[in-house]
Amino acid sequence: MAKVTFKTDLCKGCGLCVTVCPKKLIVLSKDKLNKKGHSPAEMTDEEKCIGCAFCATMCPDCVITVEK
Amino acid sequence: MSIVFEKPHALTDAALHYCPGCTHGIIHRLVAEAIDDLKIEGKTVGVAPVGCAVMAYNYFACDMVEAAHGRAPAVATGLKRAMPDNIIFTYQGDGDLASIGMAETVHAATRNENITVIFVNNAIYGMTGGQMAPTSLPGQVTQTSPYGRDVNVCGYPIKICELLSNLDGPEYLERVAVNNVKNVKNAKRAIKKAFENQINKKGFSLIEVISSCPTNWGMTPDQALAWIDEKMIPYYPLGVYKDKSAQKDSEVKA
Repeated sequence: MAKVTFKTDLCKGCGLCVTVCPKKLIVLSKDKLNKKGHSPAEMTDEEKCIGCAFCATMCPDCVITVEK
Repeated sequence: MSIVFEKPHALTDAALHYCPGCTHGIIHRLVAEAIDDLKIEGKTVGVAPVGCAVMAYNYFACDMVEAAHGRAPAVATGLKRAMPDNIIFTYQGDGDLASIGMAETVHAATRNENITVIFVNNAIYGMTGGQMAPTSLPGQVTQTSPYGRDVNVCGYPIKICELLSNLDGPEYLERVAVNNVKNVKNAKRAIKKAFENQINKKGFSLIEVISSCPTNWGMTPDQALAWIDEKMIPYYPLGVYKDKSAQKDSEVKA
């Protein structure tokens, strides 16, 4: 299990982290908007996260911090 | 728990102004990671271009200078010659480096100025709204080539790495991309090497990074990354185009 934290207000909802996650654990929020008005990325099931940090590698806005 | 990945120290906390999914953010981060890894933040000076990355001075935590359009290699030459112990890099787009700044680029390269150039190639003029750039692909639809780039009228795209590799001057030329995790990791290695070359006083290093422009290409961020694989990389092959030190080493061994 790994811990993934999102700086939600920096997220622009581009979805690059969503497509790159090998476990398909990240989704763009369907019910929340951030300060900028984007649907931010969020983690669905942290228990299944393997901590590969692919999401953070592809994030253009340094939104994601990964701990393992 | 230990941290696997976090924002590098050499980037400020300012929110990037780039469009959603623009890979400029990834390239900024890779430059900052190289600065962190080599522990040179205190003595690095960056030169910002004109173009989408014009506000790079807000994002890098090191000292920054803003150059006139295309003149970043000339400004970097002055900085490096006046302060040889500092690490000088320029961060330029294709409109800046390959169009208006072509003269400065070629001459800084042929003089083998000991600077690091990060060249972001997204095959379009991003900031001004998606006009055709010198690097736009044949047949590419842009604001100023609505029927696709016609090579009989507009000529062929400029391949900077191939062009500069014919000169005897430059030390290191490599083309990388940031469209998937593997390419991002490779780009990180290349950018770090470009800074190491400068620290080791080897000379002019240019890293061309194939980047995306989802907004002006008219695609989703995801489609834009796929388009890099399908269209851009076949036209702009990735790889090392010149490595003078490695060449010398192999000649010595032979």
